[in-house]
Amino acid sequence: MTREMTGAEMVIQALKDQGVDTIFGYPGGAVLPIYDEIIQQEGLEHILVRHEQGAGHAAEGYARSTGKPGVALVTSGPGATNMVTALTDAMLDSIPLVCISGQVPTHLIGNDAFQECDTVGITRPCTKHNWLVRNVDDLPRILHEAFYVATSGRPGPVVVDIPKDVQFATGTYQGPTPNPAAAHKSYRPQVKGDAAGIRKVVELMAAAKKPILYTGGGVINSGPQACRLLRELVSLTGFPITSTLMGLGAYPASGENWLGMLGMHGTYEANMTMHDCDLMVCIGARFDDRITGRTDAFSPNSIKIHIDIDPSSINKTVNVDLPIIGDVGHVLEDMVRLWRSSSKKADEKALKTWWQQIDAWRARNSLAYKPNNDIIMPQYAIQRLYELTKHRKTFISTEVGQHQMWAAQFYGFEEPNRWLTSGGLGTMGYGLPAAIGAQVAHRDALCVDIAGDASILMNIQEMSTAVQFGLPVKVFILNNQYMGMVRQWQQLLHGNRLSHSYTDSLPDFVKLAEAYGGVGLRVEKPGDLDGAIEEMIAVDKPVLFDCRVANLANCFPMIPSGKAHNEMLLPDEANDEAVANAISAEGKSLV
Amino acid sequence: MNAQNVDAPSAYFLAEVSSEIETHTLSLIVDNEPGVLARVIGLFSGRGYNIDSLTVSETEHEKHLSRITIVTTGTPMIIEQIRHQLDRLVPVHRVTDLTVRAKRINQDKPLERELALVKVTGTGEKRLEALRLADAFRTTVIDATTEHFVFEITGRTSKIEQFIAIMKPLGLVEVSRTGVAAVQRGPEEL
Repeated sequence: MTREMTGAEMVIQALKDQGVDTIFGYPGGAVLPIYDEIIQQEGLEHILVRHEQGAGHAAEGYARSTGKPGVALVTSGPGATNMVTALTDAMLDSIPLVCISGQVPTHLIGNDAFQECDTVGITRPCTKHNWLVRNVDDLPRILHEAFYVATSGRPGPVVVDIPKDVQFATGTYQGPTPNPAAAHKSYRPQVKGDAAGIRKVVELMAAAKKPILYTGGGVINSGPQACRLLRELVSLTGFPITSTLMGLGAYPASGENWLGMLGMHGTYEANMTMHDCDLMVCIGARFDDRITGRTDAFSPNSIKIHIDIDPSSINKTVNVDLPIIGDVGHVLEDMVRLWRSSSKKADEKALKTWWQQIDAWRARNSLAYKPNNDIIMPQYAIQRLYELTKHRKTFISTEVGQHQMWAAQFYGFEEPNRWLTSGGLGTMGYGLPAAIGAQVAHRDALCVDIAGDASILMNIQEMSTAVQFGLPVKVFILNNQYMGMVRQWQQLLHGNRLSHSYTDSLPDFVKLAEAYGGVGLRVEKPGDLDGAIEEMIAVDKPVLFDCRVANLANCFPMIPSGKAHNEMLLPDEANDEAVANAISAEGKSLV
Repeated sequence: MNAQNVDAPSAYFLAEVSSEIETHTLSLIVDNEPGVLARVIGLFSGRGYNIDSLTVSETEHEKHLSRITIVTTGTPMIIEQIRHQLDRLVPVHRVTDLTVRAKRINQDKPLERELALVKVTGTGEKRLEALRLADAFRTTVIDATTEHFVFEITGRTSKIEQFIAIMKPLGLVEVSRTGVAAVQRGPEEL
């Protein structure tokens, strides 16, 4: 459709034409014309956050839980700079995010005007692409292009910076082009994998004696079909499968070939299987440093296949033998079809031996912890939360730290898009707004933010958003009064000198919840936990659940910095001395 | 399968084998839009890559396309990364590693030229010597008074380096260089 309208109207129209139903934002001088349009329309719900970072993470939570792009709207200057953390977060975790920011009028740009900042300059390294729109006639094209860039190829965040005079100006609106990929002059990512390469993959898989599938967030990003194909591939081949933090849920945690998460706080069996395998099929993961540990000892005897839509992920940290560039869903489809049609069979005898070895590693029970009748162990709290919520449609978000790793270890994800966490950037303060974003998209679902007492305070103001919009998100705080992961690293690296990792003067979370108009619950005894969790679920309001847990529990197993997959620190071996000496001088400089 | 063909026990040692620093000349065709150069340069500085030389100019006016020529150094793994990282920038149409192209046709390097304006001041014997050498380097005098010359010199980077070094004791006061422009040898287009 073509029609005359103002820039501000174009923004609303383009969002609607792109299928957007929700935006998260915060008004300010430079976006007032757009806000004036928002109040005069229906069909596009605006969620007013309390801080722009919250808008960004809420949009991420919306995106991750729906598979659709998240949209945020912020004003110029501080509005845009507050968004930078969320943009960077979305960049590192490949989350499709469209951020629209207001800008001072074009004639004031460069003038150090009130609430002016160089938004496109500041966000250039933390977006997939960004645009400053100087002419209203370019606006519709750029808005549609923004959605195309954010959602195609490896997804990511984009920013469209719109000066206030452009929002007021009148121009001709154009609807989206039917085939943006073909229409784009330079950005056309490859989605189909090379056929010869995929044939080779299938051959290698049939010949493998000790294979492993190492999957990541790319499978989730590729969509539900990719996850179905992955499950099919696992059942066809009988291969063991592990996943990164970002990929949890693509293959069900209850699946019999599931080894648990791999990496720094992954299971012993997942890491040992990675280390000793002869064929590694990496699907939509990127050999992140949390995964590989020491790269010079990373899976030394394996042939490595890497399936990724982003060519720059190939050979970035680990040399691979066979790269396949393409969308995981397309490549998996070809792999499954070829496997079926070529009557290829996995080497069953070898696989049997391999599984025996894996079962021996499994028997090591690397997630074990000492149960306690008097104090709630944080692992136990997550286990109970899982048991009492697993039959519901539940979305779990997290903040960042020990609680995040325990959630990944002890909460079993059966479906994709149910797990929202900040993996790459490790953003404390992500979880509450992300849960809000998920709740907006799934009003009938249970949305729980598993949090720590330190992380939750980073975006606690979003409780107010949850209350205002009737979003009954549940914040499950594992309260140990420490920044637990910081403390764990200080114990590992800095002679147990706990510099500023103890939070004195924590708020009373029950009263805090009540102050916001939500509900506060506190549990201190393991025996009271189940009842309180049931109560939390039953309450139709936002809840702060203050779960007092063992203060000094640490997160194991762990690959200490600078160590290899087969040098894990296991929970039953992690006494004070082992912890103090776990990291070598070289490892200390790593993060 | 490189992990198996080599005796080394891990991928790390494989990387070691080929970790010699190489110099490559990359050619980028990009949309000539605001910020495109900042994206390219920001990528290099943000990821810690080297830029030895960079030139940019619009080369196809009707399509608003610019050509950026970058000379960079790094291990083969880094050079490959640079190429892919550049390629995923949205306004980048094409990234070509001219050094790889040159090697493919058994050349050491692509055709590379640079232009420099070199200002030399002085009188007497030194001034004459500067002029004689400038002649030998086939430079053009584009400005002169009785106290100075400005020489225009074109050639490979090594030639320009050499000329500047020779001029130093002869009263060199100022140099302005364009950086490297490069194309592939032969009839093939980019």
